[in-house]
Amino acid sequence: MHQLIFGVLALLSTGFFAFNLYKIAQNIHLGLPLNRSDQKAKRWKTMLLVALGQKKMFNRPIAALLHLTIYAAFVITQIELIEIFIDGLSGSHRYFQHSLGAFYTFTISFIEILSILAFIGTLAFLARRNMLKLPRLNMKELAGWPTKDANLILIMEIVLIACIFTMNGADEAALKLHSNLSNDFLISKSIGPLLFGGIDNLNTLHILEQVGWWGHIIMVFAFMNYLPYSKHLHIFFAFPNTYYSKLEPKGQIENMPSVTNEVKLMLDPNADPYSTPTNDAPAARFGAKDITDLTWKSLMDAYSCTECGRCTSVCPANITGKLLSPRKIMMDTRDRMAELGNYKRKNGKESQDGKSLLGDYISKEELWACTTCNACVQECPINIDPLSIIIDLRRFLVMEEANIPSELTGMLTNIENNGAPWQFASNERMNWSKEE
Amino acid sequence: MNIQVRTMAEMLAANESPEILFWVGCAGSFDDRAKKITKALVKILNQCKVNFAILGTEESCSGDPAKRAGNEFTFQMQALMNIEILNGYAVKKIVTACPHCFNSLKNEYPGLGGNYEVIHHTQLIQDLIYSGKLTLADNGTFKGKKITFHDPCYLGRANDVYEAPRELILKLDAELVEMKRCKANGLCCGAGGAQMFKEAEKGSKEINIERTEDALQTNAQIIATGCPFCNTMMTDGIKHAQKESTIHVMDIAELIANAADL
Ligand code: SF4
Ligand code: SF4
Repeated sequence: MHQLIFGVLALLSTGFFAFNLYKIAQNIHLGLPLNRSDQKAKRWKTMLLVALGQKKMFNRPIAALLHLTIYAAFVITQIELIEIFIDGLSGSHRYFQHSLGAFYTFTISFIEILSILAFIGTLAFLARRNMLKLPRLNMKELAGWPTKDANLILIMEIVLIACIFTMNGADEAALKLHSNLSNDFLISKSIGPLLFGGIDNLNTLHILEQVGWWGHIIMVFAFMNYLPYSKHLHIFFAFPNTYYSKLEPKGQIENMPSVTNEVKLMLDPNADPYSTPTNDAPAARFGAKDITDLTWKSLMDAYSCTECGRCTSVCPANITGKLLSPRKIMMDTRDRMAELGNYKRKNGKESQDGKSLLGDYISKEELWACTTCNACVQECPINIDPLSIIIDLRRFLVMEEANIPSELTGMLTNIENNGAPWQFASNERMNWSKEE
Repeated sequence: MNIQVRTMAEMLAANESPEILFWVGCAGSFDDRAKKITKALVKILNQCKVNFAILGTEESCSGDPAKRAGNEFTFQMQALMNIEILNGYAVKKIVTACPHCFNSLKNEYPGLGGNYEVIHHTQLIQDLIYSGKLTLADNGTFKGKKITFHDPCYLGRANDVYEAPRELILKLDAELVEMKRCKANGLCCGAGGAQMFKEAEKGSKEINIERTEDALQTNAQIIATGCPFCNTMMTDGIKHAQKESTIHVMDIAELIANAADL
């Protein structure tokens, strides 16, 4: 019976998870193409350093250490999941304990230590968020769901760890009661008798162990299926997202090929002004109005964002009270993508819901506050690039809607007329060399 | 000292070719404060007998502010016109005192057919000192002074040049003091992304004032920069703090020209 329930549960939750991942992949595919398949060696290196090695996290050492405890526990506990699956499906109890012997004891002890550290890390994170009220974790864009999401994840973490120790602890107590033996797992060896030593009923201990076991695996399934709805998706996306990082210098903004074609045509005196385009595909839009005008990488960035707000905490515009927050740019992109993706799945690929990222989510006031300083890009622990979205949206405002602050119109006119952003005649450009 | 400048056109007419082109930039050509930086750099080039030329009236805006403002058309128009002229003169190497021009020429022009070796003036000055062409007079101009360096975003984060300007400051026999936000963590002066040409959005403070406070905290007497726009922003910040009589904002080229008695 147990095995059956476990099997069905495992199947359902992995199936549902896969379905959600498929939807996410579909949403990312709403973006425009961009080639990031070059320089493989450099990409692997970036991923290993930034995602696996968490290199950029260590700019803030305390947060980095706390994060590391949870991260290490998360990665290493996955080993235990193998056994849980085998036990769950076959009805065995600690399948590997006999065959692996001392190595098994070592592995579980190691997991226990990491779990304790993660437990401390999680409590510290909860305190930092809710009691210390770290400014970047209490900004207005986090009001409501994002704050709940963050706390929920941390609480799930705590429940999960509690389950592990209930399981191992009750097991230890039962073993002691039954045959005065010990599993010799480093932490539960003492925690077990401490928590459950007073229970002298084997059956009760056995039930407790089962509660821990089931609790643990149910939390794992729940967690897995919660991920696609949560900022916590970064635990997967950190890897592909850093792999596909922009490798060019941060200052380099891509030259739009569609513009190059038109400009060349304008500058080339031999081009035939009356020639009509040979293909009748609709002209590409210049810049981005909605998420479908952003590249797939910007969309992957949005799914990877863990809403930590490091970007916003270093943004000169945000620091000085402007509306712009690079984190909000990423959150908006993700929300809009989920919204449009769902709409299109319901109403067909070509359908439009009449809303857009620009306007409904992100205002031009936010966009015009950006100094393109790249501080946000530099700071993001998983190489997310909010600036590229900001530039794409600005491009739409300017090139499609001529919606631009009037001083900037003046600057652009000056460049076009006299080759400088100010009103100086180009034939005065060398006057400085003759002035005293 | 009179400065000697020749244009590409003059050089071509004399059947000569320079080893490096000095890209002056719009600020360096037209802005009164930035023109002083331009002249300081030319003095250094003259002193070291660097065979250089400028485009003169054939130079045009690199297009950086247009691109960052979202007008890719204007940017590419400017870039393609400039590239045509640069390629026409077969330019190989460019030096500029403007990090915005530096970034565009170095990173964005290649994709449009303009391939040059582009260096920032602090890198060139560093080379000149290393190769022994430029020696700083032992005149004690900066002895015992505290100097802080404000990293221009388009030199630092955008292109990872952090050391050249700092090494030059250290050559001055001055004390280099860092702001709490420096190098990759440096705070923008507020001018980038075409902000220079517009009013800031509604907020609680101007960015240049926030940044000037960082600089004031170091107790430096000189705020050094390597960008004409940062220079303007920091100078305004110092004026706002009413410290212009005690604290000076200077470009690295000016500091070096002073120290070399030029
Ligand atoms: S690039 Fe723009 S959004 Fe990013 S930190 Fe700088 S001003 Fe803020
Ligand atoms: S973009 Fe990066 S730095 Fe900013 S909130 Fe998201 S994960 Fe954090």
